[in-house]
Amino acid sequence: MPITEIVFYMFSLVLVAAAVAVITVRNPVNAALFLVLAFFSSAAIWMLLEVEFLAIILILVYVGAVMVLFLFVIMMLDINLAPMQEGFINYLPVGITVAVVMALELMVVVWSKGRFDETAFPVPPPHPDTYSNTKALGELLFTNYLLAFELAGVILLVAIIAAIALTHRQRTGSKRQNPSMQVRVQRDERVRLVKMDPEPRQGSQ
Amino acid sequence: MNAVTRYLKSLLLLELGQGLAVTLRYFFRPKFTIHYPEEKTPKSNRFRGLHALRRYPNGEERCIACKLCEAVCPALAITIDSTQREDGTRRTTRYDIDLFKCIYCGFCEESCPVDSIVETGILEYHFENRGEHIMTKEKLLAIGDRYEESIAEKRRQDAAYR
Amino acid sequence: MPETWLDHLIYMVILLLKIIAVVVPLILAVAYYTYMERKVIGYMQVRRGPNRIGPLGLFQPFADVFKLLLKEIVMPENANKFLFVLAPVLSMAPAFAAWVVVPFNDWMVIADIDAGLLYILAMSSLGVYGLIIAGWASNSKYAFLGALRSSAQMVSYEIAMGFALIGVLIMAGSLNLSEIVRAQQGGLLDWFWFPLLPLFVIYVISGVAETNRAPFDVAEGESEIVAGFHVEYAGAAFAVFFLAEYANMILISALTAILFTGGWLSPFEGIPVIGDTILGQGSIFWFLAKTVFFMYLFLWWRATFPRYRYDQIMRLGWKVLVPITMVWVLVAACFSVFGLVVRGS
Repeated sequence: MPITEIVFYMFSLVLVAAAVAVITVRNPVNAALFLVLAFFSSAAIWMLLEVEFLAIILILVYVGAVMVLFLFVIMMLDINLAPMQEGFINYLPVGITVAVVMALELMVVVWSKGRFDETAFPVPPPHPDTYSNTKALGELLFTNYLLAFELAGVILLVAIIAAIALTHRQRTGSKRQNPSMQVRVQRDERVRLVKMDPEPRQGSQ
Repeated sequence: MNAVTRYLKSLLLLELGQGLAVTLRYFFRPKFTIHYPEEKTPKSNRFRGLHALRRYPNGEERCIACKLCEAVCPALAITIDSTQREDGTRRTTRYDIDLFKCIYCGFCEESCPVDSIVETGILEYHFENRGEHIMTKEKLLAIGDRYEESIAEKRRQDAAYR
Repeated sequence: MPETWLDHLIYMVILLLKIIAVVVPLILAVAYYTYMERKVIGYMQVRRGPNRIGPLGLFQPFADVFKLLLKEIVMPENANKFLFVLAPVLSMAPAFAAWVVVPFNDWMVIADIDAGLLYILAMSSLGVYGLIIAGWASNSKYAFLGALRSSAQMVSYEIAMGFALIGVLIMAGSLNLSEIVRAQQGGLLDWFWFPLLPLFVIYVISGVAETNRAPFDVAEGESEIVAGFHVEYAGAAFAVFFLAEYANMILISALTAILFTGGWLSPFEGIPVIGDTILGQGSIFWFLAKTVFFMYLFLWWRATFPRYRYDQIMRLGWKVLVPITMVWVLVAACFSVFGLVVRGS
């Protein structure tokens, strides 16, 4: 067995186990950390497919930023664990139905190409040593898919601005400080040095 | 100061640079740290360190159990018991100083009419077991015997001002 | 290439030896970086620093290490035991893993991969996990506050840092660290610090903030939250956090040397007389010299600047550094497109 296959099965085992753990562990923080593990192992599997750019971006964006913010929120919540477990059985039928439908859909897509074997899905030929996934991706994005790429960028920008506009409000009564004002303060604005003559004593008390 | 120069100043990090220059200058300054156990700072002859009980040259202990030191001690660190000796003089049977309570103010030394309780210049001492911080009469006399010379010298230097 | 087990084995052993050849000097460097820190800061405060253990106090780091290793590890009440133990490992692993793509000179690099810069970014963004988990698993409000502060700070400064790196890769046209260094060939003014001066300054600043060092060390904030995310750690576990922090500082210094000041290239390159001697040759010596200089900068800043207030840190990161980098990325793109700065051959 070539080494790549060992690596593949190792990481997919970890991936599946982590994905199962995400929905089964009781503690939400642990679940989030298992999700991180799942991202990480799928990034490793992508790496086997010679898509190092996407793999590293997955780690950089999802693991490095999105999940950190997730963890932030989860850690701040004071979650009572017992009631969270109650819904599990109630929602189980719905969940199973959705899962089965999704699996069926996947199968339809796979089978539409004929039998699920190596003739329908041949092993992609390995790229030459000079192949750079980053370069290939960049060339595609900035030539064939330039419009879609730019549109996605604009939509993201709109989303950012909208998110800020929706949540940014002037709260009354908050005692915020303005650092740039504070930094800009000069001595003369705060202190007044008064030169005065000594005054005679005003008589004893 | 107008806005432009202010922006330029903060953008070019001028003030931070000034701060860095100061620390860099001190980086190369000669250091004047005293290497403590090998080198020591000079000590005044009025330095108040470990206590001692002195004797007269003939070997008789000076302390007459007047208990002035016990009375004056602001930290209540001194405990004295006394009795009459066979020759009819009043002497201490117990003279304890609790060094944990003592604040080294030197009032005991000042109050002593016979120059018996004194504070030596010793400042390096330590205790290894519980209870050692109580300086008993024997210990204090032993310190006095051992350092009599330096104690006498200290008092001679300061005599003109007493 | 015959793919037999023996080949794989030999490959693995050589790889392992390479890793050891990087990690062992790195750990020693960390040990002596702590010594350097105490000496440098001491000297700047007109003190002498450690000078008792060994000649000039040179064995002080080892004394510290043995003390830490022999101390008891205390597990706080109600701490999440598994995560509590995992956190130091999680903070150390990325700090060391990032070194795999760092080129020490023209050929000395463990993995000369094309996405090196991205890999570095990914690894440095992973470091935040060790710290946030440590803060949460300790079951202590001080640790938790420290973890929140430092992870928010790291996530914010990563953006400015990323933009600064984008400037570099626009100029170099490659994500490979060795290629980036080669693109800077030609002498002092061909190094990227000159055309990318604002990005260079911002990279160093956000590097300091990324590693939670003074003046951005609110995560530690002794006067408010005791010691930040690692309050509850003692002994060996604390030592691992310490190791990770210092390894990260050295990493940032090495990266600054590679990305902005020409890595292993000599500053005398192209200067008539001295450029022809051995000093004009690029070598690992120049790389180490530059790295040590930036390491010194970390300590110098720590000795000079008072700690930032937390909202000021956030303001600096988002409202000052990010806009400047955005503008300068555009400027760098113009340099590159219009060929204003001639790239080294």
